Amino acid sequence: MGFIELKNVTYTYPLMKTPALRNITCYLEEGRFYGVIGENAGGKTTFCNLIRGLIPHFYQGKLEGDVLIDGEDIRKKDIDVLSTRMGYIFQNPFTQISGVRKTVFEEIALGLENLGVPKDEMIRRVIEVAELLKIEPLLENDPNRLSGGQRQRVAFASIIAMDMDVFVIDEPTSQLDPEGTERIFEIIRMLKEKGKTIILVEHKVDLVAEYADEVLIIQNGELVKMGPVKEVLSDLEMLERGAMLPQAVILNRELKENGIILPEVPVTTEECVRLLSERGNGHGKD
Amino acid sequence: MGRIELKDASFTYPNGFLANDHLNLTVEQGERVAIVGQNGAGKTTAVKMMNGLHKPSEGDVFVNGKNTKDYTTAQIAKHVGYVFQNPDDQIFNQSVYAEIAYMPKYYKMNEKEIDKRVRETAALMDIERFLKSNPFEIPYVIRKFVTIAAILATEPEYIILDEPTAGQDLKGIRILVRFLDIMRERGVGVITITHDMEFVAGNFERVVAMADKRIILDGNVRECFGRDDILERSRIKRPQIGEIAGRIGLGRDVLGAGEFVERYRR
Repeated sequence: MGFIELKNVTYTYPLMKTPALRNITCYLEEGRFYGVIGENAGGKTTFCNLIRGLIPHFYQGKLEGDVLIDGEDIRKKDIDVLSTRMGYIFQNPFTQISGVRKTVFEEIALGLENLGVPKDEMIRRVIEVAELLKIEPLLENDPNRLSGGQRQRVAFASIIAMDMDVFVIDEPTSQLDPEGTERIFEIIRMLKEKGKTIILVEHKVDLVAEYADEVLIIQNGELVKMGPVKEVLSDLEMLERGAMLPQAVILNRELKENGIILPEVPVTTEECVRLLSERGNGHGKD
Repeated sequence: MGRIELKDASFTYPNGFLANDHLNLTVEQGERVAIVGQNGAGKTTAVKMMNGLHKPSEGDVFVNGKNTKDYTTAQIAKHVGYVFQNPDDQIFNQSVYAEIAYMPKYYKMNEKEIDKRVRETAALMDIERFLKSNPFEIPYVIRKFVTIAAILATEPEYIILDEPTAGQDLKGIRILVRFLDIMRERGVGVITITHDMEFVAGNFERVVAMADKRIILDGNVRECFGRDDILERSRIKRPQIGEIAGRIGLGRDVLGAGEFVERYRR
């Protein structure tokens, strides 16, 4: 599966008077990592539902404009086929687990079973992905008795085992501690290296700055800005519009107001350290 | 003014799992304390001992001088309100209004007082427009604010928050910051478990770091973020500004942008 294109898309949920998303036009390239940020209830999850084809195949409502997957209208796409190419990771790790399987092994195998993958191949793929995500010690455990972080890794394992092309990930770390968060981002980095297309909704904007290629800011139902990470996250106007920006950008504003000008706006820790070190001015590099 | 005191308090779950190992901690009423550390470090167990949900297996916990062992959880909870990490563990009423009104009703307040408290706390948490909604039909982060309002309506002397910023956007965090300031004005103690170190750096002076069932640091926020050994053991990261400051030699304990610039110019 390749590119995803939205052309002038406006969508209104059933029984709602105002659209959840308005006039969205964007092009998501194959193999790129897109971070989606913005206020809560601003339309981020609806955006995910559009890309996944849940709109219009599951949610009725009013869809205007076109959503194209590989150039083909999503209305004509078979949702069952689409769901085998596009994986989704929920925000709440507790809703992700099917609840019908007794072990983590079976939980990961569930999707493969549904795809009709032969047994030998299925076992090989489950073990392979468990090794990759370092969850082999959990394979015999009851999936309903895992911690939040473990559940999220099992959720990723289930999707990765199915070798999907596109990963739509909705706030996977909001309930996790820093270590759990770091592990999830390691997995996402690995997916990126494998050339997968990633659409990640995430409030932790410093991590988005570090890992994503491009950022979309969705506020109040509109795509207010989209572009390369640095361009979008260095735009202070976005802060006034209610989007979170990395601390490095806020720091740069403070430096600038005090006459300390850096040659470019840093959006990550590394960039900020490099720019300040290069500037020198008698300040140690260590 | 009163205080919450943990004196050599340990807690073992009925299955034999030791979750808190000899904790010593005093929180004065009106104080603001952040409890940080990895999942499983014992943070939630510790705060549940503070509001009487857990009684220590060893040692003692005192709330305003009263040993929690001598009182029921309901009696202690009147002084120390605990907001659950997962709002769905707390909410059970059919409307947001009923959820917030529940405890004041339980305490047999009159209708007028109950209504006043519901409206005041809903305004404070910016959820007035949801008062008629079914709590299970509103977003997770709003449900979290409903649970805070519900505890606030009982006017406890201390409030415990468990991961209040999880999933919150900029607006939600601003509401929480305002909430903290109002609690300070009212002299209400706030104990917050959190993984959000930017929130800690911006709003807390005192930090309690936990690791492996114990308190490994109880001190100033600068001390916590300045010490690599504490961060390593409690598996937390200092905020980005502190990290940048540390890397260019300004000190790892820098908490904000203004302070960063001040030290940079020196």
